Amino acid sequence: MSDVQITRRLPDWRQYIIYLGFLGVFVFFAVTLGHKGFLDANNLLNIIRQTAMIAIMAVAMTYVLSAGEIDLSIGAVAGLASVATAMGMDYGGVAFGILFGLATGFAVGMFNGILTTRIGIPSFLTTLAMMGIAKGTSMWVSGTKAIPILSDGYSYFLGGGSIGPIPLVLFWMLAAGALGHIVLRKTTFGRFVLATGGSETAARYSGIKTSTVKFKVLIISSMAAAFAGMLYAGRFQTGRFQLGEGDELSVIAAAVLGGTSLFGGKGTVIGSIMGALMIGLINNGLILAGLEFSQQLIARGAIIILAVAISQNRKQS
Amino acid sequence: MSGIAQPKIAVRMTGVSKNFGGVQALNNVDLAVHAREIHALLGGNGAGKSTILKILRGVHAPTSGTVEVNGRVLSAHTPEESKRAGVAMIFQEMSLVPTLTVAQNIFLNQELKTGAGFIDDDKAVTRARALFKSLDVDVDPHALAGDLGAGQRQLTEIVKAISQDAKVLILDEPSTALSAHDVDRLFAFLKKLKADGVAIIYVSHRMDEIMRIADRATIFRDGRHIITAPVSELTLTSIIQHIVGRESKGLTGISRLSGKREQVLLELRGVSGRVKLTDLSLKVHAGEVVGIAGLLGSGRSAVARLLFGIDPVISGEVLVDGMPVKLTSPSDAIAHGIALIPEDRLRQGIVLEHSVSDNIAMSILGRISSWGWISAAKQSELARDRISALKIKTASAGAAVRTLSGGNQQKVVLAKWLASDPRIVILDEPTAGIDIGSKSEIITLIRELAGQGKAVIVISSELNELLAACDRILVMSGGQLVRDLDRAHFDPQGESDTERSMQDAEHALQRVLQEARTNV
Repeated sequence: MSDVQITRRLPDWRQYIIYLGFLGVFVFFAVTLGHKGFLDANNLLNIIRQTAMIAIMAVAMTYVLSAGEIDLSIGAVAGLASVATAMGMDYGGVAFGILFGLATGFAVGMFNGILTTRIGIPSFLTTLAMMGIAKGTSMWVSGTKAIPILSDGYSYFLGGGSIGPIPLVLFWMLAAGALGHIVLRKTTFGRFVLATGGSETAARYSGIKTSTVKFKVLIISSMAAAFAGMLYAGRFQTGRFQLGEGDELSVIAAAVLGGTSLFGGKGTVIGSIMGALMIGLINNGLILAGLEFSQQLIARGAIIILAVAISQNRKQS
Repeated sequence: MSGIAQPKIAVRMTGVSKNFGGVQALNNVDLAVHAREIHALLGGNGAGKSTILKILRGVHAPTSGTVEVNGRVLSAHTPEESKRAGVAMIFQEMSLVPTLTVAQNIFLNQELKTGAGFIDDDKAVTRARALFKSLDVDVDPHALAGDLGAGQRQLTEIVKAISQDAKVLILDEPSTALSAHDVDRLFAFLKKLKADGVAIIYVSHRMDEIMRIADRATIFRDGRHIITAPVSELTLTSIIQHIVGRESKGLTGISRLSGKREQVLLELRGVSGRVKLTDLSLKVHAGEVVGIAGLLGSGRSAVARLLFGIDPVISGEVLVDGMPVKLTSPSDAIAHGIALIPEDRLRQGIVLEHSVSDNIAMSILGRISSWGWISAAKQSELARDRISALKIKTASAGAAVRTLSGGNQQKVVLAKWLASDPRIVILDEPTAGIDIGSKSEIITLIRELAGQGKAVIVISSELNELLAACDRILVMSGGQLVRDLDRAHFDPQGESDTERSMQDAEHALQRVLQEARTNV
């Protein structure tokens, strides 16, 4: 009895480490960089502008990791979707462009899902290969050029606009977070995702179609990546293959920082969003501190390792 | 047919065969189970019990034959289809998701909803608590399944199956991790379910349980149907004959004379552990088998974990060969010649995906390799030697352990630890879930270890196993050592029939255990 309580107490406070860490980093930068404008409303809103896309992809990544899978293709898919949207819009108008961008994400997700669940290639490999295919495709069809988006309405609603000082992407992020949180915590699909990642055998024996669950999370992930790519496209008013490049690492780091397990079965959408914001906070602070890009990379890596190390529930031997 | 009304058939499996690759696991077998009966399914390792149950549960599809549940023929052979037909199964190898809570596991894939269609975990907790109460057991519905002990996990599995409102309930070795008291409660509950019209298929290697609870029994051997008969028409001897197919020597024929007590090899002086144990003092001699008995939660297994350096010692002294030692990790324990054969063999004992040979060699890789290169010749020699010494039934030394039956997997665990030639061997539930033939082989092996001058500690919930194997039996309760009794203490006066005297000894030990619990 008593040992059960002990083992339960430990993860309890570790679960909240992301909030403590977020607060700690925020206070640290507020004190040390306050005079450099860290606390300016404009700077804080900028952090949101820069990290909303990461946060949206991190919401989906929470599902993928919770189901015991991984998706490395999201950065490249975001770029591909930005190109697809811009080209679609050029060809058939705004609505067509949006549909085409989303359809691109859906198609990639289907592909990842089929390869992973029907043919049985681990998602690590499927999505690693897809990363190259998606990037190559977007470079090829765009001729590595930026494709301009001329619709102001698109740019306003998807990525670029603000209501007063509040960027619209904040609402997209909050909507994705709320939807993701409720579905993961309160619906059977969310429960199936957590069960599949927690123990696939147990889930299957409980009558859960685990391959369908995995298929769906991979589609969700690609769709979220495509949507993030469309937001990038709106923000920069262009579709470009480089948009979203390398985001997969930030997104996975955000989810893990937030308390989602890389081994499946454990995930929190709110934690992932906090993780994304924390990464954005760190990036912003390091820039304001005047670090060079090379130094930023080192400092960011070190901070993430530290945070994840603290948040890990050390394995008993 | 006679004038007696035919009982309603809940499960009818006809002419079922199943091949796995080249191996025929089932050969044209029939199984019929009535509603309102507890039907025992018996057989040794590899008899095909698990296979036919997994077919009924839709985990495997039969190679040929038909499966009918409550008059409905199953054709898709998926877990979903079986579940819809009302078949629920408690799996021997735990089917709980460790990262979900007890309540979430119980209602997995049948989640309780709020009016708005969202999952209602509070309702699940309340419902789970009520179910546990009806079973009269104490499990916290909020606890994570991964944090539960084996006994509580087992009870959770049972409650999970029951919550599905099953028409056919399959229990595969449900009592392995349960104390005698919990088994009584389980049986009372099963009788209640039976009265409600549920057909119950009960698999167990514990014959006394079968005799107590089952109405009819079906016995399989080597993938074939041997007999189906009312339990009242079967005797223990005839059941064992059908299962083993030869005259069984059971557990009574094992000689305990080999052990001659030599010097003290292992001693504990006032040891308390961080987990459970308080002020434990005991001595184990070379050439002696000491049993540790106790009900679930008495701290039996905590002794093993402490001696193997998994749980820390917080006070007191552990002496090996008269020298105080520090046991802070399993590698310390191994260095002092201590080996633990763990209870949860699938998680702690072996790597299922690796070959028999690799598993056996795992703990002594240093000895069979030079400059980091593993000598293939030495490893295969070791494996061959161990496979024949322990009579491990495997297609080859290179076959994955996953492909072996439960008893043979346990033998691989034994072989792995004995390969390092330890002087002190601790076995935690060495025969859990394996058939009586392998059981007596393993107990004979334990006696042989003592005969070789090793100090052996056997931790077990099976009293006949302790009585058959041990020279001395220690009784634990609430983390303390409460009795230290010579095996002779349990022998009844003037009883010459060995079968009877074993039974009497078991009663005597059972009494001691129950008394120990009430005295603390």
